[in-house]
Amino acid sequence: MSRRIVIDPVTRIEGHGKVVVTLDEDHRVADARLHVVEFRGYERFVQGHPYWEAPVLLQRVCGICFVSHHLAGAKALDDMVGVGRAITPTAEKVRRLGHYAQMLQSHTAAFFLLSAPEMLFGVDAPPEVRNVVGLVEADRALVTRVVLLRKWGQEILQTLYGKRMHGINSVPGGVQKGLTVAERDRFLRGEDGVPSMDAVLDQAQDALRLFADFHERHRAMVDAFAPVPMLNMGLVDAAGDADYYDGRLRVVGPAREVVAEMDDHDYLDHFSEAVEDWSYLKFPFLKAFGREQGSVRVGSLARLNVTRHLSTPLADAELQRFHAYSDGMANARTLHGNWARAIELLHAAEVVRDLLHDPDLQGTDLVVDPGPDAWTGEGIGVVEAPRGTLIHHYRADDDGAITFANLIVATTQNNEVLNRTVRAVAEQELSGRSEITEGMMNAIEVGIRAYDPCLSCATHALGQMPLVVSVYDAAGGLVDERVRG
Amino acid sequence: MSITVTVDGVPVTVEEGATVADAATAAGAYVPTLCFHEDHPALGTCRVCAARLDGRVVAACSAEVHDGAEVEVAADDLATMRRQVVGLLFAEGNHVCPSCEKSGRCDLQAVAAETGMLTSEFPYRYPGRETDPGDARIWLARDRCILCQRCVDLVRDDEGRPVFTLTGRGPDTRVELDHATAAGLSDEQVAAAVDLCPVGAILRKGVGYDEPIGARRFDVASVRERALRGERR
Ligand code: SF4
Repeated sequence: MSRRIVIDPVTRIEGHGKVVVTLDEDHRVADARLHVVEFRGYERFVQGHPYWEAPVLLQRVCGICFVSHHLAGAKALDDMVGVGRAITPTAEKVRRLGHYAQMLQSHTAAFFLLSAPEMLFGVDAPPEVRNVVGLVEADRALVTRVVLLRKWGQEILQTLYGKRMHGINSVPGGVQKGLTVAERDRFLRGEDGVPSMDAVLDQAQDALRLFADFHERHRAMVDAFAPVPMLNMGLVDAAGDADYYDGRLRVVGPAREVVAEMDDHDYLDHFSEAVEDWSYLKFPFLKAFGREQGSVRVGSLARLNVTRHLSTPLADAELQRFHAYSDGMANARTLHGNWARAIELLHAAEVVRDLLHDPDLQGTDLVVDPGPDAWTGEGIGVVEAPRGTLIHHYRADDDGAITFANLIVATTQNNEVLNRTVRAVAEQELSGRSEITEGMMNAIEVGIRAYDPCLSCATHALGQMPLVVSVYDAAGGLVDERVRG
Repeated sequence: MSITVTVDGVPVTVEEGATVADAATAAGAYVPTLCFHEDHPALGTCRVCAARLDGRVVAACSAEVHDGAEVEVAADDLATMRRQVVGLLFAEGNHVCPSCEKSGRCDLQAVAAETGMLTSEFPYRYPGRETDPGDARIWLARDRCILCQRCVDLVRDDEGRPVFTLTGRGPDTRVELDHATAAGLSDEQVAAAVDLCPVGAILRKGVGYDEPIGARRFDVASVRERALRGERR
């Protein structure tokens, strides 16, 4: 008798997904799939709106990485109005400041609120303990530092965007405001409830310390947990090193050799999207490599596999250790995604520090007006969102009404790697067992959460991912069901 | 000549010819207004300013008080009425506050917040009115229009010709923009028309979000504070 196990996480904001594991008669994994709901509604909804509203409207698809959506949209509009990359230095640096501040606070949330409980209490610890409340009880001082670190990032966004969430800063061709000296000094020196830059740089290393300790204690498990070899993609600058705001898309293979590189506008020429009847989410893949070989991983682990250096010293030093650990090869270990996120968190803090010291932020040349003749009517904007490469592609008619919008989000890029991860975990944890335990369910969650996809961020932040596990027989009859959450 | 009236039982002195809204302001009582603009005669189209004058519900922006008049503003039933009128305006259009560039300087949004209209209690009609994006400088988003008629009555070119007109009847009523007349407006006149529209129905093309959050009209001072200091626009 073959059985089907359904893990159905119910989420509040970013849609929902479920895991279906099919076992054969010998209780081996026959198949494992992750289903995720996508954002098509917004792409329709924005049609007919004035083009300049698109980045403001479409940032609402996410409650965490809205700055990335806002910026990908703004870059698409830069294209559309004919400014292209020629925005002013002030505008670009203000955008970067918001982008890296969001990276800091998003990675802080993902690392400490979603993944840290597993590191402290173990993957198979009971969910009553393995959550952020348990974290508070175990290490209140750490949680206080985490809250302050996140708040610091949020305060920067509040200052630039007018709101902590879903504010506005970018407009076509630039930004609407820069950073005053007083605003800057508040983040450099700190004030009541807002840590200083020095404190932030220290706190931004907590994640690395936590991971190192976890890795030390559980090296075999961390290294062996569901390795998934994949191509890796990320934006790189002219020198070929990671740039999270702008650059060319680079894809590297198992030896971190460059297997494809493209102008970010040419993504659609290089990628195709496969559709599977069991998932709402498409499966993008590099045409040159085909459906089986051509899917890429995006996000922290992928970006660090792509880049040789990070532009800031502390993060770069850790990056070199990260590369050395895999002997310079691409790191395929799922749980090392947390290591990569910790390195990026520190990198974001260092970049923000460098930007805060840059007088261009106080510049007054905010917007480039290219004039009506420069209008192109189409734009593509690409950024590295916290979870990976994010693409906004818009078209508008000559009156300026949006006629087409396509958002390719990191979770879509990672659809294949997520599915392979789920399968790898299922094979490791479930195969050959006749009973489905809490620990097995946890392991699948941990594998998914390593990519911090939309479906988990809204749920586990409150303690745990609500789960329904249903076991079906070959005829589709319900054999067993477990509900948690 | 001064006359004396009571507003919610409080006596105040106002000039003859004052409206119920003026009397309320003099007494420090807030009456929301939407279509009313301080520089122009009352239109009385939106009915958001419902108040009671001598026991009868009136539009506070246009009903004049007399010596000895009894004005009521704060009563619960009046507050409910005002909130419901605002709710109807939301239900009749497609108001996308989160992305509308008029957000933070939109009278409808500000009055909704002041009257406690967070979600309309009436079913949304999702009208799908056609946008007119075809003018060189003006984007007319009819979905956001509340048919206050400010633009119809007050936007004129130098010859005194109207730029906006109303066509249709009942639910089919809609604002039309005359592109030929609009072409004769100066940039300042276009900006004034955009500013005059109490919602985001008249937008300046290609210019969005030019004021950062925190610096927009109702970020700086709420619609209530403005009304109580006599600023209604
Ligand atoms: S377009 Fe604006 S000003 Fe004109 S009637 Fe509609 S809401 Fe009033």
